[in-house]
Amino acid sequence: MNYAVAIPAEDPAEQSASAPEWSQGRPTPIVIVGHVDHGKSTVIGRLLHDTGNLADGRMEAMEASSIRRGLKVEWSFLLDSLQAERDQGVTIDSTRLPFVLDERPFVIIDAPGHRQFLRNMVTGAAGAAAAVLVVDVAEGAQEQTRRHALLLRLIGVRHVIVLLNKVDLLGFDAERVASATRAIEALLEQLEIAAVSIIPASARHGDNILTRSAEMPWYRGPTLTEALSVVPPLPSREKLALRMPVQDVYRYDNKRYVVGRIEAGCIAVGDKVVIGVQGAVATVSEVAGWPVAPDGPAQAGQSVALTLVPDVVVERGDMLHAPGRPPIRAARIRARLFWLRQEPLRVGESFRLRIATAEHAVTVSAITSVVRIDDLTDQPADHVPAEGFAEIILSASEGILFDPFEPGKLGGRGVLVDIHQRIVGGAPLLGPASLAPTGRSVFPVDSAVSAWERAQAKGHAGGVFWLTGLPGSGKSTVSRATEALLFRRGIDAVVLDGDTLRSRLSSDLGFSPEDRHENVRRAAVVARIMADAGHVVIVALISPRAEDRALARQTVGEGFQEVFIQADRSVCEARDPKGLYAAARAGRLSNFTGVDAPYDVPLLPDLILDTANTSVAVAAEQLASHIQGVADLSGHTRS
Amino acid sequence: MNDLDSLEAQSIFILREAYHRLRPLGMLWSLGKDSNVMVWLARKAFLGRVPFPVLHVDTGKKFPEMYRFRTEYAEKWNLDLHIGTCPPVEEIDPTLPPAARSAARKTAGLAAMIENMRLAGVVAGIRRDEQATRAKERVFSPRAASHRWDVRNQPPEFWDQFATPAEAGAHVRVHPLLAWQEIDIWRYIQREGIPVVDLYFARDGRRYRSLGDQDITSPVESEASTEAEIIAELRQTRAPERAGRAMDNETEDAFERLRVAGYL
Repeated sequence: MNYAVAIPAEDPAEQSASAPEWSQGRPTPIVIVGHVDHGKSTVIGRLLHDTGNLADGRMEAMEASSIRRGLKVEWSFLLDSLQAERDQGVTIDSTRLPFVLDERPFVIIDAPGHRQFLRNMVTGAAGAAAAVLVVDVAEGAQEQTRRHALLLRLIGVRHVIVLLNKVDLLGFDAERVASATRAIEALLEQLEIAAVSIIPASARHGDNILTRSAEMPWYRGPTLTEALSVVPPLPSREKLALRMPVQDVYRYDNKRYVVGRIEAGCIAVGDKVVIGVQGAVATVSEVAGWPVAPDGPAQAGQSVALTLVPDVVVERGDMLHAPGRPPIRAARIRARLFWLRQEPLRVGESFRLRIATAEHAVTVSAITSVVRIDDLTDQPADHVPAEGFAEIILSASEGILFDPFEPGKLGGRGVLVDIHQRIVGGAPLLGPASLAPTGRSVFPVDSAVSAWERAQAKGHAGGVFWLTGLPGSGKSTVSRATEALLFRRGIDAVVLDGDTLRSRLSSDLGFSPEDRHENVRRAAVVARIMADAGHVVIVALISPRAEDRALARQTVGEGFQEVFIQADRSVCEARDPKGLYAAARAGRLSNFTGVDAPYDVPLLPDLILDTANTSVAVAAEQLASHIQGVADLSGHTRS
Repeated sequence: MNDLDSLEAQSIFILREAYHRLRPLGMLWSLGKDSNVMVWLARKAFLGRVPFPVLHVDTGKKFPEMYRFRTEYAEKWNLDLHIGTCPPVEEIDPTLPPAARSAARKTAGLAAMIENMRLAGVVAGIRRDEQATRAKERVFSPRAASHRWDVRNQPPEFWDQFATPAEAGAHVRVHPLLAWQEIDIWRYIQREGIPVVDLYFARDGRRYRSLGDQDITSPVESEASTEAEIIAELRQTRAPERAGRAMDNETEDAFERLRVAGYL
């Protein structure tokens, strides 16, 4: 039988000597979790007592309380100090107790086991370095055992010690302990949690808490204190890429101080930092402090006040990060969820998503799956029940900067807040949501009005005319002129312009190849909807990659026409109507098509308009005639 | 970073969150060691100033040394000090045990100050290790318009996100020192050179470990007459800090009743 993965050294002093982190006196937080009545508070009471961590008077007060209620010595009264808890015999809220083991400081966090107190359990457990999962050996894992284990996984606590409690009630029977061990291992395996130790114990009598049990000579693993002494400290975050969420900006003595706590990495005077979504770069000119400025670089964990040059506009919620190591940016985010509200969550509900100091308006756009607590499997569902666990997709109207959630790091710790500023859920952010169609949950309903009926009513067919070309080639100008010509001739024409799309529908996208691809996909989808409604849609979009235009053709299907707006780069650059070529040449714009991003010339366009050698009026007339020819009901039409 | 650096950074973070989220904000200054540390941390957070009012709820029964300290440091630290008075004990719930009843005067005085100044946030220097019901507190602890602490229905608080409910007339108690222990306070006072009232240091074999009203606070036996000696004493002692505070110990639930009603 293998009860322990990690066997501590014989001499616990050796352990602490080899661990410099807690020699700096920072306590290691340990949360005690488990089903109600499985003995969490008793474990803590016994632990504090046996290791000499109780203040004078606590033991006597506890005994007096027990006797007053006609009970034997009730260890849990040490913690359950609230009157209601003593009278009802349950722990309502989490509490924290400092605790020293062989000079190493810990904080023991007692979390309540009742289902309705999940929010208190999260409050206690969220910062823990390790957890002790207390399981009644006779009862085995119960509902709250599973919930708590699930929550440990979601909040990123990976170092789990299982304490099989009340072994005395089974007469310290090795076989029954072995079968309980196998059962709990199987359960944790489903959650990708490997228990570091599984300890058979009796908290009431002190077996295998501090003292090795004389009743279980067959058990070779660590006692609880031995297992605690080898818990690794919370990992340090100084070596990671810089992340500093801006908490506030103060203006004192005519200087602007950007304040916040460093989540990861270090900051020193002279460092360059990138400011959040806007992407401006500034240099740290001062790390201020009172009564004196801090010595040397400021590290992860420190609360700092910085001044920047140039004195760029920074606000709360901006994330300062290291140049070249940006967080992810996405408007649709896949997230896990632990839901703390008493009413269920449904698709379409809107919240504020807090990530560190940032706040974004988001909508739950999909519930991907909900965990069934009975067997911990993911199931499809249309709602997340009260205090349930799920995977969801959050959508925002703007790009959100975040790092994916990882145990031991501070990124991706999303929290959902309702309109009353109440915290209703925790949402570890996993990554950008795939933009592929969501599949089985979407069932488009076909229109009862056919394309033929629409075309008869309008007098022309709908279609998509996709204008591609270099920046400055004249796509927007020609399309607007053509739109006006067609409209006056009774044709219902509309323009989807690249800049218009980017200012609204695609405001979350940048100019990386992936973002350009997505921008093209969205434009094509919108164009298709409008063409289906009978409009002549003129799309004016650089759409530099042949493969993206192929996707657009595929998305729109029949009625798609590719129009190449042809003009040499030198001509376009000389026009430079928006000053963008100049900006790109000066290095202020990157990924600019024709300068430092490629343009694939269309090989077989349906129409070529040479704007270098013809006027706008002539080009527009050519395009209008072409469109009329295509959309004419007597000619080739979209059926 | 050592443990004091970590505690300091977290407290500064909390104070800056409170200042951003809760306006108007006020800070309680009881003249005791913890609230001096708190004022000091505020000056660190706001680069040498305390940018909100500092409140002393005066029972009128403090030690003369404490009043002298108040006058001296309100001036030296440039505090926007507001002093509130407390109603006479006859107006307080007579079912409370005598010392608790006396202490409850402060609850009433505090409630009046919060209402008069229409405060949305009140920063207070309580710590988890002082007393068992304080161990259950949140960093941001919402109070109903009645000022009551709804201990059975506390909001979730994790990943440094704090609840700031917007109920009219309600306020939030902010506890930047919740994670500190008594010994941390003294180590920090020593490290930073923060002034405290002399009563904390032993004279004739006795010193005050916790300061309240004169009539319900007693000194403990001690020879510790410097910060270093106090720290050494705390490493040895197993007596609870508030042993000298009568209202904590009269009956089993006296202190919990005080706190639910709005005491600190």
